[in-house]
Amino acid sequence: MLKYLAERILYTLPVAFGVSIVCFMLVHIAPGDPLTSVLPPDASAQLQAEMRAIYGFDRPLPVQYGLWVLKVIQGDFGTSIATGRPVAMELSRALGNTLMLAVLATMIGFLFGGLFGFVAGYFRDSWIDRIASLISIIGVSVPHYWLGMVLVIIFSVQLNWLPSTGAGPGGSADWVWDWAHVRHLILPAITMSVIPMGIVARTVRALVADILSQEFITGLRAKGLLDVGVFRHVVKNTAPTALAVMGLQLGYLLGGSILIETVFSWPGTGFLLGQAIFQRDLPLLQGAILALAMIFVVLNLLVDIVQSMLDPRVQRS
Amino acid sequence: MKKTSLALSIAFGAALSAPALAQGTLRIGMTASDIPLTTGQPDQGGEGQRFMGLTVYDALVHWDLSASDKPSVLEPGLAASWSADPADRTKWTFKLREGVKFHDGSSLTAEAIVWNFDKLLKQDAPQFDQRQASQGRSRIPAIATYRAIDALTLEIVTKTPDATLPYQLAWIAISSPAQWEKLGKSWQEFAKTPSGTGPWKLTAFTPRERAEMVPNKDYWDKARVPKLDKMILIPMPETNARVAALRSGQVDWIEAPAPDAVPSLKAAGMQIVANAYPHNWTWHLSSVEGSPWNDVRVRKAANLAVDREGLKELLGGLMIPAEGFMPPGHQWFGKPSFKLKRDLAEAKKLLGEAGYGPAKPFVTKILISPSGSGQMQPLPMNEFIQQNLAEAGMKIDFEVVEWNTLINIWRAGAKHESSRGATGMNYSYFIQDPFTGFMRHLQCDLQPPAGTNWGHYCTPEMDKLFAAVRNTFDPVAQAKVLEAVHEKFVDDALFLMVTHDVNARAMSPKVKGFVQAQNWFQNFSSISMAP
Repeated sequence: MLKYLAERILYTLPVAFGVSIVCFMLVHIAPGDPLTSVLPPDASAQLQAEMRAIYGFDRPLPVQYGLWVLKVIQGDFGTSIATGRPVAMELSRALGNTLMLAVLATMIGFLFGGLFGFVAGYFRDSWIDRIASLISIIGVSVPHYWLGMVLVIIFSVQLNWLPSTGAGPGGSADWVWDWAHVRHLILPAITMSVIPMGIVARTVRALVADILSQEFITGLRAKGLLDVGVFRHVVKNTAPTALAVMGLQLGYLLGGSILIETVFSWPGTGFLLGQAIFQRDLPLLQGAILALAMIFVVLNLLVDIVQSMLDPRVQRS
Repeated sequence: MKKTSLALSIAFGAALSAPALAQGTLRIGMTASDIPLTTGQPDQGGEGQRFMGLTVYDALVHWDLSASDKPSVLEPGLAASWSADPADRTKWTFKLREGVKFHDGSSLTAEAIVWNFDKLLKQDAPQFDQRQASQGRSRIPAIATYRAIDALTLEIVTKTPDATLPYQLAWIAISSPAQWEKLGKSWQEFAKTPSGTGPWKLTAFTPRERAEMVPNKDYWDKARVPKLDKMILIPMPETNARVAALRSGQVDWIEAPAPDAVPSLKAAGMQIVANAYPHNWTWHLSSVEGSPWNDVRVRKAANLAVDREGLKELLGGLMIPAEGFMPPGHQWFGKPSFKLKRDLAEAKKLLGEAGYGPAKPFVTKILISPSGSGQMQPLPMNEFIQQNLAEAGMKIDFEVVEWNTLINIWRAGAKHESSRGATGMNYSYFIQDPFTGFMRHLQCDLQPPAGTNWGHYCTPEMDKLFAAVRNTFDPVAQAKVLEAVHEKFVDDALFLMVTHDVNARAMSPKVKGFVQAQNWFQNFSSISMAP
């Protein structure tokens, strides 16, 4: 187990290096100028050139990359050009907000996705399967930003039950787990949960159907095991893959959905990334993409470990 | 059964609905994606200055924002009076208002103003702040030196005689030196608990989410002491999110509702407030050698081909058709002889005189953006104009570039390769003072890279008029010269003059007492909230 763990951790190093190069290059290849967000439009090209030198954007790209990586290794993600605030501070605040949203969305998605998938797989080809499959296909296919807008129109604008934007009446800075704040979480979390729900449901349905068709199930039934007992075996065999899918989904959601967080003005990583892209805030973009990619890598690692604990065959493979 | 479910839904709805806010709290959904810089000189352009600059802070010179039915002009701010020395027009004396206090209780002095100029202009000053300097430096190009003569007298010397100095100073927000000292000489700390002399005090602020302000009851101008208990600013860059937030009662006021949302907002009982203001949506035409727009007949033909009334219909009425570069009724409008009306026959005739026709069709390329600050609805609007010009026999090809890219092309100038051979660009302008209104676009020595005269327009006549603007120190006489500038602008049809935005905002019927001045900045002190 330890050897397996060490190997998996070592694999993350080249991944991290690759990610850092790709995210640095991507943000620099994209058109636009980071100084646009700093200078008023009247600023002449001359003043712009002066400022470019002050921020170090006039240096060759490899030099800029080297300096950036050197700082990142020391834990310094730099300062946002647009806001002047440390990238780490901007990111940690946004990550906290997205974590809340993503965990809740994953829980809802996993619960309902698992339920629909299991029911559909267990009663394959029945009308229950068709309804459950229909719901999961809708979950995978529906544009979630559109769903978000529809939910806002129904529950915020028409019924006036739930707020349409923001993270609490006083913003996320004074977040407390009371109803006044939690009600801000409901619509974005439901909207976000639709994606993992559909994916988990499709995966679980296929797994359950596959397991049910295997010989050991016939053996269990031949032994006289009741449906409840068979059910337990099916769950146990489905769990590792379903968990892996859920872990990856949580990783995706932690990156925040730019569209969902924009629709709900939710101050998370997606909202932050969206603004950083529009403002060409390179330090913020680079830092955020790198940090999110690394979180994804770590989550992947954690999922692998949990999977290998649940199913020792994973280690051997 | 029906009754039970109705009762349940009412009970559920009541339980879910928002807790009532204290009376007198105004919540505003801004278009900005972040709270503007709070240290003094705000970022986020006109909106930043509107909500964070002239609320928490004051400038030496203010805009009169008290009326909606007349053009907005300069008036005394922290400076009670000012004058330029008749013997040496570069030497200005500003007499400061007596008894003005910063929010931290310290007094406003001429030394404090000097300290604030150093904050922007003197790189080795301890209080020099790169972020504020980025915003403020380009606003005050005239200033050479400055010093405090006594506690309430300030002297500013300009590089050359420049009567537009008061307009430049209207941008500069004055922060408290005492507060900065008290907070360990840190702008990061100052940003959290800022101190200015303005009618509002910032009491709480969460980056990207919200800022709270309360009235400064000791404000020096008693007529502008805010009536509200509190004003909350919330960044909401997404248009639909703003509309939904207003409709669901999360905010009381939103900036810039989309034109297509206006009917539904009106139907929901919201007020739509709009007014003329110095904004211009135009095609900035190139004067570079080889540009077809160098012929005044072509420029006039294009201006006569545009169906401005049709465009107004397209925008649901939320625009003012251009009659010149300045909005109709503006103090510098003057009496131009060229009238901007749709006259296709005249347009075709002018184009023919310029040598264009079936044998030599008029074809050129214009740069446009799919979106952008102040750009209104650039794609449908440009396509509409493209069709209008096609009817006059002018074929326009568009090259669509992303907004930030367009800004950089605009800075680089029409001769620069980044302009890709385009002979015009669709751009919207803040045209509130002589510099932003005219000089930066048309002055010879402001051609890129020295300035932002994108089209490289340069004529001795216009430069002479600009020199007269800078050397006319009597405001009434100066306005006359600016009228002459505008008359020349329109009569020479220098740009394709299309429309002015109306700075629309939508607000709940509870918002009372707001007077929308013909200005980019507004006064929030007169507002109250009905119970």
